[in-house]
Amino acid sequence: MFHYFSFTSVFKIIEKLINFINSIFFIILTIGLTFALVLSPPDYLQGETVRIMYIHVPSAWIALGCYSAIFFLTILHYIFKIKNFFIISKSIAPIGLLFTCLAIITGSIWGKPTWGTWWAWDARLTSMIILMCFYILYIISIKFIKIDSLKDKISTFLILLGAINIPIIKYSVDWWNTLHQPASINITGTNTIHSSMIVPLALMLLVLLIYCALIFLMKYKTEIIKIKKKNLFNYD
Amino acid sequence: MLTKKVKNRIVFLSLIILTLLISSIFIFKVLQKNLLYFLTPTEILNIQDTRINEVYRIGGMVKKNSITANKDEIKFIVTDFNNEILVTYKGSIPNLFAEGKGVVVEGKLKDKKFIIAKKILAKHDENYMPPELETIMKDAK
Repeated sequence: MFHYFSFTSVFKIIEKLINFINSIFFIILTIGLTFALVLSPPDYLQGETVRIMYIHVPSAWIALGCYSAIFFLTILHYIFKIKNFFIISKSIAPIGLLFTCLAIITGSIWGKPTWGTWWAWDARLTSMIILMCFYILYIISIKFIKIDSLKDKISTFLILLGAINIPIIKYSVDWWNTLHQPASINITGTNTIHSSMIVPLALMLLVLLIYCALIFLMKYKTEIIKIKKKNLFNYD
Repeated sequence: MLTKKVKNRIVFLSLIILTLLISSIFIFKVLQKNLLYFLTPTEILNIQDTRINEVYRIGGMVKKNSITANKDEIKFIVTDFNNEILVTYKGSIPNLFAEGKGVVVEGKLKDKKFIIAKKILAKHDENYMPPELETIMKDAK
């Protein structure tokens, strides 16, 4: 069932994908940035500061998405012992960490002119810091634990523990009083963000997703090469 | 595909997830109060009398036409539309601080209707729109 995920078949596709993404990335980036920085209107209250949102919100989504992806891959890896899933989650982790940090930093830069403070220990911001810690712990655990069976167990447990944090991040703004505003975009129900601002937001999300795919594929390729070199286990 | 080993692992994994879930629910039940970044004026009314004079964060809306400022002090009323609390404050205020907008004040509670703020944070709401639209909406009202 899972032979489609074997290294050899995947490896051939990766090269092509990287080249394809490289050819389109800068065009989409230019379009996205033009919409976000030039064509979109300022906010009625925040003014030009609103443009930070076009990086901040997609980064936060990607940070959560990466963690969820790692969570499901880790469960599948634990149950079916498919090494490839572990390699994939290993390659996703740095991306998740990068975008968590990006969300925190851009949020902080936005917070200073808007709230009047760089940082507040409210539920949303604190749970985001905890997410960052879990990414760091996960990366450390797979990098520095040399015994394979122990590495599997500890990293799996860390991911399970950290997964509790994901719904907390998502719903913290609804469950508790937080300084952070509630979500403006709801899949069900009404958006409280004007359509002229959704277009650049969606475009920037696309740009960042493509960027994620690019660095993921590069990292994944490196990991496969490393394994093939070491010849640690049999690949078909 | 579902060999005995795989089944065992599924059971083990679900048990771990279940334990983690239940324990986290208990932890958050205990922490519930501490996770609030601020209290509303109504919640301030319910605190014990002995806990007045402590530092609190209070959040709500700045009541319309309640801001009075002289040269080194600003006074305004924070409301959650049920109860109100009077705030005095010395210092710089954030740009987005305005009547009818969200605010979080931090400072010593003097009594249940009065707080001396040390810090003021503007709370932004979830509405994003271009400035032209806001004037249109105001005209419509």
